[in-house]
Amino acid sequence: MIEARRLIKLFHDKKRGQIRAVDNVTFTCKPGQIYGLLGANGAGKTTTLRMLATILEPTDGTAIICGHDVIDEPERVRASVGFLSTATALYPRLTSQEMVEYFGRLNGLDEPTLKKRLDEIFSRLDMNSFRDRRCDKLSTGMKQKTSIARTLIHDPQVMIFDEPTIGLDIMTARTIIEFIRECRQRGKTVIFSTHVMSEVEKLCDVIGIIQSGKLLAEGSLPELRDRHHERDLEEIFVQVVTPYQNSSEA
Amino acid sequence: MNLSAISVVYRKELTEWLRDRRTLISTVLVPLLAFPLLMVGITALATVMIGNAEKEIPKVMILGGEDSPQLLDRLHKLDKLVIVPYADNWKDQISNKEIRAAIEIPKGFQVALTEGTAPTVDIYYYEGEIKSSFGADHLQDAIKDYREDIVKERLAANNLPASVLSPFEIKRQNVAPLEKVGGASIGGFIGYAAILLCLTGAMYPAIDLTAGEKERGTIETILSSPISRVDLVLGKFLLVFSASLVSAVLSVTSMGTSFALLGHSHLMTSSGGQSLNLSLGPLSVAAVFFMAFPLAVLFSAVLMTIALFAKTYKEAQSYLTPLTFLVVIPAIASIMPGVELTPKLALIPVLNTSLVCKEIISGTYHWNSILLIFTSTCVYAAAAIFLAVKMFQREDVLFRS
Repeated sequence: MIEARRLIKLFHDKKRGQIRAVDNVTFTCKPGQIYGLLGANGAGKTTTLRMLATILEPTDGTAIICGHDVIDEPERVRASVGFLSTATALYPRLTSQEMVEYFGRLNGLDEPTLKKRLDEIFSRLDMNSFRDRRCDKLSTGMKQKTSIARTLIHDPQVMIFDEPTIGLDIMTARTIIEFIRECRQRGKTVIFSTHVMSEVEKLCDVIGIIQSGKLLAEGSLPELRDRHHERDLEEIFVQVVTPYQNSSEA
Repeated sequence: MNLSAISVVYRKELTEWLRDRRTLISTVLVPLLAFPLLMVGITALATVMIGNAEKEIPKVMILGGEDSPQLLDRLHKLDKLVIVPYADNWKDQISNKEIRAAIEIPKGFQVALTEGTAPTVDIYYYEGEIKSSFGADHLQDAIKDYREDIVKERLAANNLPASVLSPFEIKRQNVAPLEKVGGASIGGFIGYAAILLCLTGAMYPAIDLTAGEKERGTIETILSSPISRVDLVLGKFLLVFSASLVSAVLSVTSMGTSFALLGHSHLMTSSGGQSLNLSLGPLSVAAVFFMAFPLAVLFSAVLMTIALFAKTYKEAQSYLTPLTFLVVIPAIASIMPGVELTPKLALIPVLNTSLVCKEIISGTYHWNSILLIFTSTCVYAAAAIFLAVKMFQREDVLFRS
């Protein structure tokens, strides 16, 4: 379960002064549900997800992940979360297995449990053929599988995906999309950020449209279609975002 | 603080470090090979070059002297010199190394000697050129011998003994043990080199584990794991510190071996002509290592703190280059003649360790100074670790764009 409560994140820039990257964002994502955070580049998606993963600390507001507060118990939150983005790279000089083992140990798994989980995940993701290969020698698809195994090793209840398919070829992107669906089937709470409309249409149970740090619209795809009298998600997105863009540019 | 988590990070960083050719070169190969190459190689090379220069019979030219046959005859009889005929371009010949030196005998030299006036003989040579210096030395020795012979003749003519000119002899003798003489001569250099390699050994791992992690995009991966940032920075710090210590141990061991070889081959001698005792005993090695310990902590923490500000490996290198100068300057200052350990200098990091290493290698153990330096460096090191931990908690440093 994810509960974001009036999350605010301010950054200070020497030239531009104070920047409100995330502005009063509140939403809830339940187990067995995929929440899609839809927004353009620089809308505040990554900052929101980084706050949920406790990589960044909120300036104000908070979030509760699996009953743990991101400000008061960041380490417990991280133990409940699997975080995957294109920015979460692999250690090039470790093998695929060593990479996953490392994160298992950081998550406090004992050696027998770690071995059992490792064998299970490597078989499920068909990774045994390259488990001893160094990460810098892996193909993009193999790297993504290793990243997925890394996020799954401690069996987290919450999965956070920050634009996980950006820059990937179609086949690798499909692997990721399948993996996200599987997470929902296993009853995990999933939050997923993207600016690719088709991915949102395929995957998300609830969609939140974010622009300039503000959550402007929220609901299931049918709810958004009814509210905006429009079937096409891209048109809905433009309808929601344009007035705000015009007012902020004015 | 979770020791188990720190150990997990340390073991992972160690695995990666052992697989990184770049850091292994800076931490293992350079400290291991730098001293044998520098000390044995350069000293042996210098010995060979000086030996070759000494073997050569220098060509010299005589300017004037036609009215001073006695001196001319004496110079021509010298078998250490080859006299070449006079040429107007004698200066060019010296500069072009065609001849090594020239001697100018002033007009009326012999008559002036008879009359008791003091004429001047000039010797021309190429300053800084070793073979030219040897040629000039031979000429000067010959002229000195000639002058002494004249003095002896004059004393004998007046029935005076030679001791009139030297009523007593002066002889300077070293009473310090040769180990101390060796330490005073090259001890500062050993401290300087050990400190410098302690720094360079830590530099590449420090960059790799901070800016390198940012550049590769793994910083976000590790920050999403449940490990606390304090444990993460301590695990990383331990690896950088280990690399620094490995460099220090290898450099001191390598120096000990190099100096043992030098002492064995008698390439280095004291001004009194005795072979310097340059072997570093186990106690000296242990003491230098002990003093380098807190300094390695200080270097590791400072390097990590600075490198963390950088976004890329290259940027970190450009930040750390000025730091190298900050370390080199006090380390070099300790080699300067006359720079001695004082209570004030004992508080200046790097300089204090370099100075105390110099004393330790010469066999002097001022325990109060050693304790003061060890304690003060530990305090600086603790402050540096605290700063490194604080920097790892700053989002604007970790995610600087």
